[in-house]
Amino acid sequence: MSVLVDRNTRVLVQGMGKTGRFHTDKAIAYGTNMVGAVHPSRAGQVETFTGETDQSGVPGRPDTYDVDVPIFRSVAEAVVATQATATVVYVPPPFAADAIMEAADAGVELIVAVTEGIPVADMVLAKRYLEGKDVRLVGPNCPGVITPRECKIGIMPGYIHTPGKIGVVSRSGTLTYEAVHQLTLNGLGQTTAIGIGGDPVNGTNFVDCLAMFNDDPDTAGVIMIGEIGGTAEEDAAEWIKANMTKPVASFIAGTTAPPGKRMGHAGAIISGGKGTAEAKIEALAAAGVIVAATPTDMGSAMLEAMR
Amino acid sequence: MKIHEYQAKALMGERGIPVPAGVVATTVDEAVAAVRPLIESSGNPVVVVKSQIHAGGRGKGRFIEHPDLGGVNVVLDGIDGGIPAAEAKVREYASEMLGSTLVTIQTGAEGKVVNRLYIEQGIDIATELYLSVLLDRSTSRNIIMASTEGGTEIEVVAAETPEKILKTEIDPAFGLLDFQARNIAYGLGLEGEAFRNGVKFMKTIAGVAVDLDTDLLEINPLVVASDGQVMALDGKMSFEANALYRHPEVEVLRDETEEDAAEAEAKEYGLSFISLDGSIGCMVNGAGLAMATMDIINYVGGEPANFLDVGGGAEKDQIVEAFKLITADENVKGIFVNIFGGIMRCDIIAEGVVAAVKEVGLEVPLVVRLEGTNVELGKQIIDESDLNVVSADDMKDGATKIVELAR
Repeated sequence: MSVLVDRNTRVLVQGMGKTGRFHTDKAIAYGTNMVGAVHPSRAGQVETFTGETDQSGVPGRPDTYDVDVPIFRSVAEAVVATQATATVVYVPPPFAADAIMEAADAGVELIVAVTEGIPVADMVLAKRYLEGKDVRLVGPNCPGVITPRECKIGIMPGYIHTPGKIGVVSRSGTLTYEAVHQLTLNGLGQTTAIGIGGDPVNGTNFVDCLAMFNDDPDTAGVIMIGEIGGTAEEDAAEWIKANMTKPVASFIAGTTAPPGKRMGHAGAIISGGKGTAEAKIEALAAAGVIVAATPTDMGSAMLEAMR
Repeated sequence: MKIHEYQAKALMGERGIPVPAGVVATTVDEAVAAVRPLIESSGNPVVVVKSQIHAGGRGKGRFIEHPDLGGVNVVLDGIDGGIPAAEAKVREYASEMLGSTLVTIQTGAEGKVVNRLYIEQGIDIATELYLSVLLDRSTSRNIIMASTEGGTEIEVVAAETPEKILKTEIDPAFGLLDFQARNIAYGLGLEGEAFRNGVKFMKTIAGVAVDLDTDLLEINPLVVASDGQVMALDGKMSFEANALYRHPEVEVLRDETEEDAAEAEAKEYGLSFISLDGSIGCMVNGAGLAMATMDIINYVGGEPANFLDVGGGAEKDQIVEAFKLITADENVKGIFVNIFGGIMRCDIIAEGVVAAVKEVGLEVPLVVRLEGTNVELGKQIIDESDLNVVSADDMKDGATKIVELAR
């Protein structure tokens, strides 16, 4: 078991430009079912992917692959033709929110938005559009979602992952890789790793992911990686205290970040004294979460939490 | 991106928000020349001389060169002495303010040099209120925050008398609705002419925030004049960086003298860079990891000199540029390169680091921690270079080593 994606997930890619092509190739090499693409100006074409299989991915496949991905002019047509259940958005920032809304309208279950730099106002509208629809948005500005050896949607390196029992949820890409790597080395492995992204408006938050992991019988514990800005970590702490039945470890980045400065991510900013790392660490610790003092200690914090 | 008060008022004025008349001045003579037309057209003998810097708290701020002088000065001399007296006083203030360094609670101790003044007509104020439009991250919607406690810092109001802050959520599909605007005006205690003007003000300001993609639009104080006009007496606007591409009219308002030169240069190379006060330079891929690298340097007893995220696809010339930025800071006593290669391969990074060190030169210790794709190859490249580079096994090991070497 896992959350969000598994070997049955059928994935579309929106935006078959340079980035979309590069990561579609990596996803296919990993064994993900990439069933189609949406790129209006290239509709009707077929993009062929060939190469050496990434054997750290879905097991039991030949050493090479040769996959045709048909390109459609709309998500609706692509879904009808391919029965896609998920989509990954690499569309450039000015058009990405529209791509998200188009996907929601077409009836996919999961939208993973990798695009960084979408205007906040566009995401406010997109999120409003998604209200009441039976679809989950992960991101934007995120590495994506991976269930090791089943399905990789996004830009994370597949080979650092290994199937196991820890759910990973994070606002940061490279810190997710750090956590995943440590969980692979210490033998705990991952059920699913979810990057929720570094933007102030995102589709899926910590509480959503904690709830999914709490309900997943194969997930035995969760690592939650937060950072300065907003109150999503404090909200998560409250939820954990009231609902979480599994151990949680955490790391919060930005203890030394100066106030009023955006630390790379659009959402990583301490403003008006709100969103400090100290407040988040305190809230999580009070909820019984083991908070790692440094990112190097995330794996051992998870072991400690599970003891 | 931040802009000056006079620019914010111009943007608001163009969009139907009442603002006092004013003139921007960069010289003493320009400041003096502004006085007569302002007084003659408004009929009010009072003018205000306001420092234009990208920081709040100007009124309570003081100049380093003139410790008794505030950043905002009301000139009353015109009441008895007429326009010549007002001009003389403005000349005196402008001479002292222009080119001097203003320190406010938001500038830090080093302060900011005042290069521009805004000379504004006086307003006969009946009431001072507070208003802002900003994103509520917990609901992913804009809210209007309003308060009767104008002129005070809103953080102080929020901490001490939170019941005096009215929050109104704006549904992005509908915008601020009429009844919501009325409720805000009721909440602010507006009546009669002021009520009608206030409702119109709320509706307009909510639209301005959306039209211009502001990430903060703050009016403190929002004033009710004695004639019932509702006006923005101050205006603070900052713009959401991701949306600037569609606002060329805002982009031209950028004041480069207010921005950190190194940060602006970094941006041109696709690097995210922020200068700090410490002595350990950092080069990292990924924003979260870059922040965590600063934290871990602090954890092992050092102080980071910067935040630097080279991004997910950095190439050699970006790494060279990153090294130049780090080594240009004379406080830097050691450099820590911390990379978790995903899509980015460690061997490419290692080659970039070796090339950068050869090109830029290296006078301080360098610790490199590589993990991820092609890590062995990357370490080999570092080890086989004849550079004085120390390899680290993990982040904590690397941070510990660089802090020791930099002592």
